[in-house]
Amino acid sequence: MALERSDVEKVAHLARLKIEENDIPEYTRNLTSILELVNQMQAVDIEGTDPLAHPLDATQRLRHDEVTESDQREHFQQNAPAKEAGLFLVPKVIE
Amino acid sequence: MEWEAVIGLEIHVQLATQSKIFSGASIAFGAEPNTQACAVDLGLPGILPVLNEKAVEMAVKFGLGVEAEIGMKSVFERKNYFYPDLPKGYQTTQNDLPIVGPGIIEVEPEEGKIRQIRIHHAHLEEDAGKSLHEDFHGMTGIDLNRAGTPLLEIVSEPDMRSAKEAIAYIKAIHSIVTYLGISDGNMAEGSMRCDANVSVRLKGEEKYGTRAEIKNINSFKFIEKAINHEIERQIELIEDGGKVVQETRLYDADKNETRSMRSKEEANDYRYFPCPDLLPVELDEAYIEHIRAEMPELPKQKKQRFIDELGLSSYDAGVLSATRPMAEYFEQVKERCGDAKLAANWVMGELSGQMNKDGVEIEQSPVSAAQLGDLIKRVMDDTINGKAAKQVFAALWSGEGASADEIIEAKGLKQVTDTGAIAAVVDEVLANNPQQVEQYQAAPEDKRGKMVGFFVGQVMKASKGTANPQMVNQLLKEKLG
Repeated sequence: MALERSDVEKVAHLARLKIEENDIPEYTRNLTSILELVNQMQAVDIEGTDPLAHPLDATQRLRHDEVTESDQREHFQQNAPAKEAGLFLVPKVIE
Repeated sequence: MEWEAVIGLEIHVQLATQSKIFSGASIAFGAEPNTQACAVDLGLPGILPVLNEKAVEMAVKFGLGVEAEIGMKSVFERKNYFYPDLPKGYQTTQNDLPIVGPGIIEVEPEEGKIRQIRIHHAHLEEDAGKSLHEDFHGMTGIDLNRAGTPLLEIVSEPDMRSAKEAIAYIKAIHSIVTYLGISDGNMAEGSMRCDANVSVRLKGEEKYGTRAEIKNINSFKFIEKAINHEIERQIELIEDGGKVVQETRLYDADKNETRSMRSKEEANDYRYFPCPDLLPVELDEAYIEHIRAEMPELPKQKKQRFIDELGLSSYDAGVLSATRPMAEYFEQVKERCGDAKLAANWVMGELSGQMNKDGVEIEQSPVSAAQLGDLIKRVMDDTINGKAAKQVFAALWSGEGASADEIIEAKGLKQVTDTGAIAAVVDEVLANNPQQVEQYQAAPEDKRGKMVGFFVGQVMKASKGTANPQMVNQLLKEKLG
């Protein structure tokens, strides 16, 4: 299955990636070859095999429900380009 | 044409943990902006989420409470979208393998009408932060205190057929999560939020119509209004020859209408994939059995016990077991006074009446269960009569005394059961009303019953309400001949 230029543009938009017009043909080729690899894997008989969510043969460790973090707002907000009244400020979000 | 609504609900329940689902930051309500947002919640580089064991336990409790299959292996996935209050660019949630599988819940939208609502699944996920759209020099303010708060999203099957059934279902979920103590259920603070999928079809039709999703409905009252409004909108649209489009609509409580949210251009292209930072969560039978053993009595079981052991009617048992605070209050009153039926009458009568009148919840009742239990005891041992008991209750409610005994003493409400004392008052009343006595004695037998009421009233008044009414009646009948 070959990808179209519009597929690449859509994926780039969803990932908020800015891509150069000139690079689109190459991305299209590369992504198509990844899908071909996926197609190859689709052909494998997996009857009786459990789905794999993680490559490690391990399970999640849990933590106790305890508050261990203290307020570090000032520290964290040093990097923020804009802030006011303890809030991070971002370009207006219009619903 | 007769239309039928088809409703499915997604309820987000905020879990009552101390810390967040993947970090050690507090989830306490009402903190200063961003003072409870740690590096994990902010999505800073290099962070690693670690799952909160309490969130897992609470989800399993819910699953057991709705007789669901528990996901012995559940997986967290990333749901990708960009929004400023979601700093990582994805929400960590569950998709293919949720922690709670299909379950069922019984609801009673009308007395005697039981409906089974199927639960599709329930999954654990993190909440997003909050966007504040007030004007910050043309910018939007972001508070990430809520980011990472543990949520259990409960997804129903489209089994509800009216707004009323939807409300009954939400109330049943609310009741279960508060009984289990896994959420405070506080809708005003956003501890329970609801999205409704609504479609309509002609009655008898098998196929579902196209559905619209209504977001942002956060109180029992608004849920019913929003759903009813949406049902009407869709029926009108179809009858006018239009078509319902699948979309997300926002409920506006001020205008009582839903409107389209056009901004979701990439709707549902979330590109889920398993979160590489979190390993699969595996549970074993011993863990499930341990939690099962700790399960409290749930509303349905409590109702049944009230009927079987306390002899209450199905209706009374239903009302008294509907919420955990109500059930606890009632059981304390019952323990204190020892009579379940009297306790039920007082809680559902005087107490509920005053609560409705003053608009307070049972948790804020100025009359404690112990105070009410003691008051009922004084009725049971004939210290006061029913009329005086209501006065004592009113006095307790308005804070005029600390106990029923204190008020009975202070107001002189102690019932007079001394025959001699009552007889003296009766004689006095009869002597003061010779004309009425004459009329009574001249009246035919069948009219007398009503006329005796006048004398009873006079005696009660003269005794300031403290005479035992049965004894007054009896003495009057004897003396009037």
